[in-house]
Amino acid sequence: MSQSFSIGGLLRRPEAGAFLGLVAVLIFFGIFGGVAFLKPAGMSSWLNVAANLGIIAIPVGLLMIAGELDISVGAMVPFGAMTTAIIAGHWDQSIWLAIVVTLSFALVIGLVNGLLVIRTAVPSLIVTLGTLFAVQGIVLGMTVLIAKSTSVALKTEGPAKAIFGDFIPVVFKGQLQSIVVWWLLAAAAYVFFVHFSRRGNWIFAMGGDKVSARNAGIPTERMTMLLFVLSATSAAFVGMCQAIQFNSAQVAGGQSFIFNSIISVVIGGVLLTGGFGSVVGIFFGTITFAVVNQGIYYTDFDRNWSALIIGVLLLIAVLLNNTFRKMALTHAPKKK
Amino acid sequence: MSTPILELRKVDKSFGPIDVLHEISLKVHAGEVLCLLGDNGAGKSTLIKTLAGVHKPTRGEILLDGQPMAFDRPKDAQARGIATVHQFGGTFPLMSIGRSFFAGVEPTKGWGPFKVYDRKKANAIAVKAVQDFGITRIDDGDRLVGGLSGGERQSLAIARAVHFGARVLILDEPTAALGVKQAAHVLRIVNQAKRRGLAVIFITHQVMHAMAVGDHFAVLIRGAIAADFRKGEKTREQIADLMAGGESMADLEANIEGYMDSHDGHPPPPAR
Repeated sequence: MSQSFSIGGLLRRPEAGAFLGLVAVLIFFGIFGGVAFLKPAGMSSWLNVAANLGIIAIPVGLLMIAGELDISVGAMVPFGAMTTAIIAGHWDQSIWLAIVVTLSFALVIGLVNGLLVIRTAVPSLIVTLGTLFAVQGIVLGMTVLIAKSTSVALKTEGPAKAIFGDFIPVVFKGQLQSIVVWWLLAAAAYVFFVHFSRRGNWIFAMGGDKVSARNAGIPTERMTMLLFVLSATSAAFVGMCQAIQFNSAQVAGGQSFIFNSIISVVIGGVLLTGGFGSVVGIFFGTITFAVVNQGIYYTDFDRNWSALIIGVLLLIAVLLNNTFRKMALTHAPKKK
Repeated sequence: MSTPILELRKVDKSFGPIDVLHEISLKVHAGEVLCLLGDNGAGKSTLIKTLAGVHKPTRGEILLDGQPMAFDRPKDAQARGIATVHQFGGTFPLMSIGRSFFAGVEPTKGWGPFKVYDRKKANAIAVKAVQDFGITRIDDGDRLVGGLSGGERQSLAIARAVHFGARVLILDEPTAALGVKQAAHVLRIVNQAKRRGLAVIFITHQVMHAMAVGDHFAVLIRGAIAADFRKGEKTREQIADLMAGGESMADLEANIEGYMDSHDGHPPPPAR
């Protein structure tokens, strides 16, 4: 590409704020926590957190770029974990069957989310708030009905364990979860989808102006459905991997993914009202969040302070991103 | 005279019991600007939507190149070359000029599932299309649309419609939110489109803007055509009077001036 390199050009990109944020927190924890969190043990601790969150944050971010929100991911994580655990653990069926059923159910819930948003024109925040509680209810009710407990154990062996929920041998002293590989693959695929394929352009157009996008011949409804399906299945996938990794599933938990994914996305430079953002930005935003989340353990600070740091970081990131976006808007090449 | 590109014959449109358009008959030829003037609520929007295929006329017919046409969806009208450009419509502020220009019809290069968006090609075509309309200030397709001036953005939207094969250009209040200089910009683009042989339907309530580009004028009052005349047949004051619904603006002005003369130059108190 013939884009010339310049500092200004980099700052005008949507991921600029996220990248600077990441550098800032790395320096911060480098000073207060020493370099321990940059050694294999430390790195795998925050890479694992980032991977679990990142797989969900990217589709949530794409929805935000397209002008929608999905908070039902908070229920989809325990849903994915519990469905897998009940089928493969409680009923002792094949893990592969459990995986197929889990992801198919998630796909259906994603379709329901998408359909409700398209057909009712109710804001997606409200629609997915509804499905968040509905799915939570289903998970709790069904689990107690079937397993008579709120926690279900499962034991996975063989290739499924290695692929979805084991520690990767050799590298990083064997402390990295296999989900990290999924995260990196997914991120690469999303970069291609969003920034290189033509469909990516549609997502930005939808978030910029939905009516104009439809008039321009973009199948906005099909794209909305696709994005909701992506976020629902991604969240269920993470839950499934966690169940396989830790050999058990709980009905609760997962709510933290709602805010954490939105925080990562916003730190990553995505505009809350849609139309602007990048996958690389969300990727950096997720790592930034994970570093703060885990880095606190390597400092002498009480870990209760980490929420304060995240809050301040979020506000700074939003202000920075606003500034960079303004720079991008007002930028005009020099007159020749 | 040649066949008009687009013709309306006694078109009525009603929503339930409410008649919005009443016996509208209009013609627009290639290389001609038809100005539709009307106050708020005169039925301009409904007329545009009927032309653009959003609404179907209740009675009457729409002829395209002399052939009766029925548009079921806006897409049908678009496919036949009728493009509606709403204010800033079809441009996305936070997208680059190239990406915004080609939204929905992105050029790609590459093979199979790995087709990628061809940024260079998109930028080159978009910049050329806009520059052909005389907007030479736009020379970088990577700039964000939101950084352009209102006039430039409107020009981009018009250039886009023309590039994608519009023969009839419906411009919905393109100058309403613009300053004097920016509006002049857009009016130049309208003239440019006319010179290229497009039929332009220019909707406005600013008489000055209409007079600057119009060949043919129609004044819409309460859903009916109150006057239909050609360039030079009426003065600005007469048109303004017509738009105000027959209530003479000149009389009103004279009244106010008379009041001010007899009240030490104070204007009359606002009506309550």
